[in-house]
Amino acid sequence: MFADYSWGELLSIFAMQGFAGLILFSVFVLMALGLAIIFGQMGVINMAHGEFMILGAYVTYLVSRLFETYMPALFGIYFFIAMALAFVVAGALGMVVEWTLIRRLYKRPLDTLLATWGLSLILQQLFRSVFGPREVGVTIPQWMMGSLPLTDTIEVPINGLFVMVLAMSISAAIYVLMFRSRWGLQVRAVVANRTMADAVGINTERTDRLTFGIGCGVAGVAGAAFTMIGSTGPTSGQLYIVDTFLVVVFGGAGSLIGTIASAFSISQAQSILEFFLSGSMAKVLTLLAVVGILMVRPQGLFALKLRK
Amino acid sequence: MTDFPSMATGRDGRFLNRTEMLGAAALALLVFVLLPLALDPFRLNLFGKYLTYAFVAVGLVLCWGAGGILSLGQGIFFGLGGYALAMFLKLEASTPEATAIQSTPGIPDFMDWNQITALPGWWQPFHSLTFTIIAVVAVPVIFAFIIGTAMFRRRVGGVYFSIITQAIAAILTILIIGQQGYTGGVNGITDLRTLNGWDIRTDEAKTVLYFVNGALLFGCLALAQFVRRSKLGRILIAMRDREDRVRFSGYDVASFKIFVFCLGAAFAAIGGAMFTLQVGFMSPSFVGIVPSIEMVIFCAVGGRNSILGAVWGTLLVNWAKTTFSEGFPELWQFGMGALFIAVVLVFPDGLAGLWKQHVEPLFARLKPRPSAPQPAE
Amino acid sequence: MSDSKDAFILTVEDLTVSFDGFKAVNGLNFYVEPNECRVIIGPNGAGKTTVLDLICGRTKATGGSVQFKGQELLKMREDQIVHAGVGRKFQNPSVYEDLTVFENLEISYPRGYSVFGALAFRRDQAVRDRIAEIAEIIFLQNHLQEKAAYLSHGQKQWLEIGMLLIQDPELLMLDEPVAGMSVAERVKTAELLNRIIADRSVIVIEHDMKFVEDIATRVTVLHQGKLLAEGSMAHVQADPKVIEVYLGH
Ligand SMILES: Nc1ncnc2c1ncn2[C@@H]1O[C@H](COP(=O)(O)OP(=O)(O)O)[C@@H](O)[C@H]1O
Ligand SMILES: [Mg+2]
Repeated sequence: MFADYSWGELLSIFAMQGFAGLILFSVFVLMALGLAIIFGQMGVINMAHGEFMILGAYVTYLVSRLFETYMPALFGIYFFIAMALAFVVAGALGMVVEWTLIRRLYKRPLDTLLATWGLSLILQQLFRSVFGPREVGVTIPQWMMGSLPLTDTIEVPINGLFVMVLAMSISAAIYVLMFRSRWGLQVRAVVANRTMADAVGINTERTDRLTFGIGCGVAGVAGAAFTMIGSTGPTSGQLYIVDTFLVVVFGGAGSLIGTIASAFSISQAQSILEFFLSGSMAKVLTLLAVVGILMVRPQGLFALKLRK
Repeated sequence: MTDFPSMATGRDGRFLNRTEMLGAAALALLVFVLLPLALDPFRLNLFGKYLTYAFVAVGLVLCWGAGGILSLGQGIFFGLGGYALAMFLKLEASTPEATAIQSTPGIPDFMDWNQITALPGWWQPFHSLTFTIIAVVAVPVIFAFIIGTAMFRRRVGGVYFSIITQAIAAILTILIIGQQGYTGGVNGITDLRTLNGWDIRTDEAKTVLYFVNGALLFGCLALAQFVRRSKLGRILIAMRDREDRVRFSGYDVASFKIFVFCLGAAFAAIGGAMFTLQVGFMSPSFVGIVPSIEMVIFCAVGGRNSILGAVWGTLLVNWAKTTFSEGFPELWQFGMGALFIAVVLVFPDGLAGLWKQHVEPLFARLKPRPSAPQPAE
Repeated sequence: MSDSKDAFILTVEDLTVSFDGFKAVNGLNFYVEPNECRVIIGPNGAGKTTVLDLICGRTKATGGSVQFKGQELLKMREDQIVHAGVGRKFQNPSVYEDLTVFENLEISYPRGYSVFGALAFRRDQAVRDRIAEIAEIIFLQNHLQEKAAYLSHGQKQWLEIGMLLIQDPELLMLDEPVAGMSVAERVKTAELLNRIIADRSVIVIEHDMKFVEDIATRVTVLHQGKLLAEGSMAHVQADPKVIEVYLGH
């Protein structure tokens, strides 16, 4: 498939597609971070994670419409407001879900898969009832459109760059939160030894709830980023749970750098392959490669040696 | 030598205990007598379709209920079995005469639409019914064996296994849809007509197929019961609760997991093939993430530990789905979501559990056993 | 040296395991003779449990060798090690809670280990007799139809010992078999252990010094993953290094 192109062309294609894949990369990183935090602390996979992302996307859509209708002058900054709101809304819902559902299923990870899947169905139907079955899209503000020409064949899309910077800052913020804040200390204590953490007076229940909320909130922010690459529909989030989980596992659960590296390689592989093959085959090949590698190396790329 | 409580021997001696016998008889009555008498051929065919999912649910009882291995990709095997048979039927329906108007007569219509001019090599063996029947079971089982070996030998289990199987189901669906020239794409393989010259579209044929399907299902139920009553069944339960200990009792845990996963795949594949025969087509919408996880819910509603319960659960959920999703599609979607949650939170043992808890005590009260012989202590 | 090795049933040499740089067991050597009862003692965290984990294949060693009757155990899977004749009791009682006592013992009965062997397994008279025999030894003959989940802590410990006995291993490894037992249970267990260690090699981890004196042929003292002292109980107790470790500095 590469034979028809010269080296120079290939280079440009790789670079262009690579930059085009930046938003996908950002979405993956944010989604995976949220999933990984929750999985790391509670051993729970939230199958409705994609729906929390879509919730963030809908919030972004609503905010953009609000600005368009009532404050067109300020439209340029709607995205920042939307992002914050997406975090708050998705996070709040996450905490409610943890309180009503997840905490009752502690130590039953397979059952949690099923229950959160049920939640995802309910959320999908809610989206459908509220926003209709048609997909909705946002208008991207003027300043985010266009691209910076790097050479005469390679251009960098501004929104991609922006969203990536955003994703990286959020990752950094979470890193700081994890290793500098009291919450982070508690989370790490609970991960290391839940019983012990409980015994020394850490409110593990509250830590769990907060963790779940933050994980879902970050998914909401991913949803805000998602509006830049796709239109939002009730079931748009469904496929992302598989991608996201693969990103987490591929990177080695429990490793932030690993998660970022694996989100990068998966999104880039997919984006570059898309140029040469149909979108669906690019996806098949990428996922197949990841699953194949995971079968040979189930601990992922950057696994720590953990005690069973 | 100490004498044993008679239960120890009794448990082993009998293939089914009283409740199980009753349940099996009731199910047989429903499937072979009541439904055929009560339903018109169209509705009967519909129930026949539901029963094909029961094959999957029964396999899940062994894998998940007993063995603790939750596969979210059973649609893979259901689909592979169904597609294998659909390929045979499609070739039989694509005679040069029947497809004379195509630019390349003699190949399946969807290939022709996709500018394919010769039957691909891997389709060729499906001209043979014998090969097809073997392939229906062998292909999914080999596939399950590969997945199982790769995962279980490396001790990957729990949610990892669940999500990887789900990922494989997703990949397979995208692949089938993407390669429409070879697979019929999103529509699947449709317009199937005859099986070795026998028209499968007539009402009589559908009724016959319904009974064949029922008989096969009972065959699988018996096989599942045999496995569960064997020592292997107890090892599965032991493995679910204390995998580590089973290793130190001298068992190679991975090989047991692989076996039960392959068995579940074989059941699912038979169900898939019977689906193709009764419904007359096979499509990716029975392969992917959503159908696969719905099959888990059929099993869970019936009771993840009950082989018969899985069949009842499948029938009930599908009947409800057909009934409600016609009239109230929105409500149904909410209901389905709520069902997933309820089945883990409120009644984790499903219908079988409810029966045990609420109905059996009633029986016991109605009919005080005439001083039943208690096992001697 | 290599000639005299044949005299040992278990040869542990240079055994080392490192968890992310932390050496829980470090260059350990020891030798167990047939029919010997070896007791391993040492403060908490000394690596005693880890040594058993390494021998029975639960933890993979970083280096060294463990030879059982001339077979290298470090290259074998857990179930193969069991088939070679090594049995292991865990520190916390580890039984199949959802199964009855009878079924627990039956699963441990050494026959039908393969998938198809397990499918074809019949509960014949030989099996029943053997289970009855073991049940009596472990004081559970009246609990055969009880779910293991409903047994007391001590009874679970006995059941686990029974599950090992039924396999008749040549080397039996017991990790703190009397920990957490009532006084009455302790006495019974001591009697049980004395009975079963008679005609096989045994490695026991135990803290109860009185108990150790009773059963030990020789004692190995571990400290920070290394061998500190070895010999008879009296010899070890007199060793100044051991006294230092146990009594502090
Ligand atoms: N799989 C493991 N990963 C990391 N550390 C371990 C592992 N197994 C044991 N250790 C460590 O090795 C040391 C020895 O543990 P252990 O053998 O249980 O001690 P003992 O049984 O003598 O009390 C402990 O510090 C323990 O934390
Ligand atoms: Mg210990």
